Amino acid sequence: MSSRNNILASVKNNQPQKTALPYIINHPQAEQDNVNKFREMLTFIGGHIVEVNDYEDIIKYIRSNYNQGQRVLSALLELTSVTEVKSGYEDPHSLDNVHLAILKAHFGVAENGAVWITEDLFPSRILPFITEHLAILLNRKDIVASMHEAYIKIGGQDYSFGAFIAGPSKTSDIEQSLVLGAHGPKGMIIFLMRD
Amino acid sequence: MNHPQLASQFNKDEARVNWHDETLWWVRTKRDRMSHSLPEWELLRETASQIKNNVLSNLSEYLTQFEKNAKANGITIHWAIDAQEHNDIVLSLLKKEGVGQMVKSKSMLTEECHLNEFLDKHGIDVVDSDLGERVVQLAKEPPSHIVLPCIHKKKEEIGELFHEHLGTPKGNADPQFLTHAARLHLREKFLSRKVALTGVNFAIAETGEFVVCTNEGNADMGAHLARIHIASMGIEKLLPQRKHLGVFLRLLARSATGQPITTYSSHFRRPQPGKEIHVILVDNGRSQQLGKEDFRSALKCIRCGACMNTCPVYRRSGGHSYHTAIAGPIGSILAPNLNMKKYADLPFASTLCGSCTHVCPVKIDIHDQLYKWRQLIVKEDHIAVSKKMTMGIMNVLLSNPVFYRASGKMGRWILKYLPFTIKNIFNPWYKQREMPAVPKESFRDWYIKNKKNS
Repeated sequence: MSSRNNILASVKNNQPQKTALPYIINHPQAEQDNVNKFREMLTFIGGHIVEVNDYEDIIKYIRSNYNQGQRVLSALLELTSVTEVKSGYEDPHSLDNVHLAILKAHFGVAENGAVWITEDLFPSRILPFITEHLAILLNRKDIVASMHEAYIKIGGQDYSFGAFIAGPSKTSDIEQSLVLGAHGPKGMIIFLMRD
Repeated sequence: MNHPQLASQFNKDEARVNWHDETLWWVRTKRDRMSHSLPEWELLRETASQIKNNVLSNLSEYLTQFEKNAKANGITIHWAIDAQEHNDIVLSLLKKEGVGQMVKSKSMLTEECHLNEFLDKHGIDVVDSDLGERVVQLAKEPPSHIVLPCIHKKKEEIGELFHEHLGTPKGNADPQFLTHAARLHLREKFLSRKVALTGVNFAIAETGEFVVCTNEGNADMGAHLARIHIASMGIEKLLPQRKHLGVFLRLLARSATGQPITTYSSHFRRPQPGKEIHVILVDNGRSQQLGKEDFRSALKCIRCGACMNTCPVYRRSGGHSYHTAIAGPIGSILAPNLNMKKYADLPFASTLCGSCTHVCPVKIDIHDQLYKWRQLIVKEDHIAVSKKMTMGIMNVLLSNPVFYRASGKMGRWILKYLPFTIKNIFNPWYKQREMPAVPKESFRDWYIKNKKNS
């Protein structure tokens, strides 16, 4: 405990006179603008948009794009006919062979193409990262303009783990050449659903 | 070796220096495109700066608030007064878990604490999981840039390293191929390690949560698969409220790499059932720096690296020439706080052009601080004797008009009749430079003559 008290005493002794917190200015946008901007940004960061009207469209998409040998997981009961749906996994290591995981996002952010997910929306914290490909279901009306609005929306939400995910995992560490699929998903699909 | 000596080593390979310079400038232009696309960019910088000022002015309160809330969330909090204590805490957690291996994602703080060397001495196998960090780890080098750790390496060298350590085919230097090889190599590490260490980008006093930003997903792969997640953070990384993340997540990646946001911005609030999260709050000189009015604002830094990418000296001297964990302009004003004598050369590794200050997302007055450090370093006598003598002579010449005029005349005469006394290897100014042609007369003589004529 002595280091704690020493550090706190030293900080208290050395910190300058208290200054005020600034007001954060937010610029809301129209819904259509948000959808268009989101589409543009997601493509820019290496993601891929699939427009759907309902769950039936998603099921059709999965049937025509993935084969039976590939492990496809989802957290959505509506997709039980084509995916493995479980409420939890005891050993996260068992998810190493997941080819595609389909999760629902709370909302998307137009200015950067990110989606906000929290742990209660999927069966294991590792899933969105360990899966080879990630698909996110997002309602068109659930897109906000900026990160300021995003945090207004999150407010005091209680989560154990939450993340903004923006496109597939990537790196440019070798001579600044962009490579998709560093340690996480190699690809990311957004199922953009009409209201 | 000091900065000029290390820089001259880097400068031996001219083609590489040019590549390094152009590549970092390209990253800088990506940052410009992003910042120019937001009309409120300057307002955002000002807001971020004011939030960070508030943090520094109320840090003891925020630290206790964060501690209380994080504990309530089930996170264990540790305090480390210096690097040694931080490293001891990490080692004790590894020993308690009974493991000799750890996977790590990027943390400049652990570079500052020399954690890898420490754990290595104690027989712990540490694997850095950020691709760039893994590359420099295999090469037994420190990172040369806080965001782009192996920016000083060419892909052929990385191909060679991977051939030697990961068994990739000799001569293959394709970035896509090498990245995939690293993915397979590191996935095995993620799946087998029981302890993972990450850095912290932001910690929120109000909620007791902390945020880690990566593009590769390595922090998440390590932390969620391990049983113990250790998160090391400097005490200055706090933000008052969750909503303040909106401001900083808009600025960080745009300033760093010209992306609108990093791929992953992960908010850790509670450990998973049966698992543990340990946060180590590290001081290591920060609370002392907080008391220095001229230098405290460097603690506002969010480690985006924009000041490095724009710096004409960094781009041409390379990160290793700064011989400190954090290179570039920000490193040059942080390092002297830890050891002014050891890092006395760094505040001089700048042209004071001010570009760093202009791109800084939290408005740190970097070039002013570089200048202030210089004054302090000279006052405390930490400069080379030759520099001190030259400065002393300059002081006499420049403050006395008679001496000044006489020395000008003498200089012109010497350059004309005894050029070898100046054009020789003992004059550092003559290296890579031609001396100017000798003017016929001084400006003063010219002025006096022409004033009479008009």
